[in-house]
Amino acid sequence: MTEAHNDVAMDSPWSGGGSPYAMGSKKLGMWLFIVSDVMTFTALLMTYSYERLANPDWPTHVFKIWPAIAFSTTMTVVLLASSLTMVMAVAAAHRGARGAAVKWVLATMAGGLIFCGLHIAEWLHLIGEEEVRLRLFSNRLGSPLFGATFFGITGLHMTHVMCGVFYLGVIAWGYGTGRFEDEDVEVSGLYWHFVDLVWMFVFPMIYLMSVQFT
Amino acid sequence: MSAHAEATHEPTHGASNRLVIGVWVTLVAITIVEVYLAYLQSTIHFSAATMLIMLIGLSVLKAALIMAYFMHLRFERFTLFLTLIPVTLFCIGMMTVIFPDSLRLLQIRLMQ
Repeated sequence: MTEAHNDVAMDSPWSGGGSPYAMGSKKLGMWLFIVSDVMTFTALLMTYSYERLANPDWPTHVFKIWPAIAFSTTMTVVLLASSLTMVMAVAAAHRGARGAAVKWVLATMAGGLIFCGLHIAEWLHLIGEEEVRLRLFSNRLGSPLFGATFFGITGLHMTHVMCGVFYLGVIAWGYGTGRFEDEDVEVSGLYWHFVDLVWMFVFPMIYLMSVQFT
Repeated sequence: MSAHAEATHEPTHGASNRLVIGVWVTLVAITIVEVYLAYLQSTIHFSAATMLIMLIGLSVLKAALIMAYFMHLRFERFTLFLTLIPVTLFCIGMMTVIFPDSLRLLQIRLMQ
């Protein structure tokens, strides 16, 4: 190989240098975690779809307009709004505006807490409603597996939201006190947007596919 | 500093506030369309498969907007996209091989 070829190879992003993706290891690590978590949620949603298709007595008219669809739609908008505030937090962090970034992160955390509150209220309604009496392994609508898959998927998502709120709390504290850098805010933002992204599939596949409007 | 090392410190946040807010409004609008489709399903009664295809299509669009603009994938190096997205889609596609079995189970249960 000539020297010119060597130079081209070393300048290439694939030269084996420190950063072929032009990003830090934390950010790349978060992207790889997100891909692995996509597989987890995809497997769960595939399982839900498989069971729904294979069971003739699968409950298909579960969620009434009030409160289930109204709550879950509000939850979707709240989660999207929290993603917007997270984008603002990352932008403020890149400008070096630590105070503004912390405020936007706190606003994002508030969105996550509202989402969890609404979700728990929605769960309690499904558990207590006489027509449904939704439990982990039983309900009054049909296949008992519905409760297991419903609570499994939405519960895992809510766990992600709760972990995200805690993670953002640590980031807000660390970035506000100067212990963390703007990259840490950006990496936490990637996680938060992923949680939002997952809900964009859970909401239509679980709720909107099983609506009871009348 | 080499060109490669300089690239590490390139700003990746190319999205303006106006663009991001526009994306957010689009995401909320798509959500409203999804809920309206669910309402139509209860009145027009199109098939569950049609409903699923429409909802998944809209969800994929929302996911693409979130990844491209909120997660800044559009402003990262294209190599990141090539490394992560095609293989993820391939793996998701491979998971769908279980569905013929669910239809087989349905037929068996309906005959019982």
